[in-house]
Amino acid sequence: MKTDDLVSMLANGEVAVSRRRASSRIWLAVLLGLPFSFAILLSGYGVRHDIVQAMFWPMFWVKVLFPLCIAAAGFVAAERLARPGVKPRHAWMGAVLPVLGVWLLAAIAWFTMPADDRMPALMGQSWRICAASIGLMALPVFAAALFALKGMAPTRPALAGAAVGALAGGVGASVYALHCMELTAPFLAVWYVSGIAVPVLVGALLGPRLLRW
Amino acid sequence: MERNTVGSRKNPGDVEAALRGLFLRGLDGDAKAYRDFLLQLSAHLRAFLGKRLFGWPDEVEDLVQECLLAMHNQRHTYQSDQPLTAWVHAIARYKMIDLLRAKSAREDLHEPLDDDLAVFAESAQEASDAKRDLGGLLETLPDRQRLPIVHVKIEGRSVAEAASLTGMSESAVKVGIHRGLKALAARFGNGWGAAA
Repeated sequence: MKTDDLVSMLANGEVAVSRRRASSRIWLAVLLGLPFSFAILLSGYGVRHDIVQAMFWPMFWVKVLFPLCIAAAGFVAAERLARPGVKPRHAWMGAVLPVLGVWLLAAIAWFTMPADDRMPALMGQSWRICAASIGLMALPVFAAALFALKGMAPTRPALAGAAVGALAGGVGASVYALHCMELTAPFLAVWYVSGIAVPVLVGALLGPRLLRW
Repeated sequence: MERNTVGSRKNPGDVEAALRGLFLRGLDGDAKAYRDFLLQLSAHLRAFLGKRLFGWPDEVEDLVQECLLAMHNQRHTYQSDQPLTAWVHAIARYKMIDLLRAKSAREDLHEPLDDDLAVFAESAQEASDAKRDLGGLLETLPDRQRLPIVHVKIEGRSVAEAASLTGMSESAVKVGIHRGLKALAARFGNGWGAAA
């Protein structure tokens, strides 16, 4: 087929297209995935019994909001990376700064607490299941957002996959925070950050395979 | 190689404005403007890719076609607040890297790939023949995708006519066109590995 024939073919018939924004596609993915994350929380874990009381503790909000900041940064980066020629610019800062903040809090806590309290603060009661649970609750949003990006045109698929991982990991961690009883900064700095880092890495690895177009 | 430099050199800014105007009208449903857009775009792509792939002149026209098909399929990802040059360049670069990766001969590339404005700097009107035959690839699609494309996109019939000819519903015809063009793009890209 000659190129001019291809042009005629492409221009024939209806050429209008609905330009639903990348951001609204990814929003839809989050809205579709989120109920499943909550379903996993409620059926397999349960909300912590003192949730109302916990809402008066600043550390509870740190635990819920720092992953949400990472999710927001992942959202912005994914939305930009989904469109050819749009650079993610400073979106990654939104993911890095909350992590640095939590690490700073953890360092302050670590060096101001008695040496005997350090390891219990770091490991808590639930270090074994924390990162894996965050990954599990991230999964529905992760799958839905990857699917949304599959319908767009990411030209840097590894980065786009990592951004989806940050979005899903951040959402998963803040949903898991409603169950988790741990309230120390060192615990968050290690186990929450790992729980979010896993989907980011998985996304970076899957992106080039799944997001080809 | 002369054919790649045949044609005109224009100010990329003017080209951007003209092409963007045609493209946006096309996205709103103006088929004539869309056709003009694709024709001019293919000339720019031919010059842009020809310059960068001068080791493989035979691949240029294939890659032009692949880029056109990709840009058509992904046209919903263009947002009007964005320079068209950047969008076109990013897609052309992505498809070119795909090709180069398949050939695994990136060290032979003499031009830097990050030359954003260059994509509209020149245009080459004269098309050489494509090696990979899109018509042949079309034959490999299943009927529910092939027939809608043949009736609507090649013979120029309406969706309603194609629906009555094939016994499909109108929405199935539209879906068939959409999925068929995507499948065509995927098969086109997969061919590089075999050709390398």
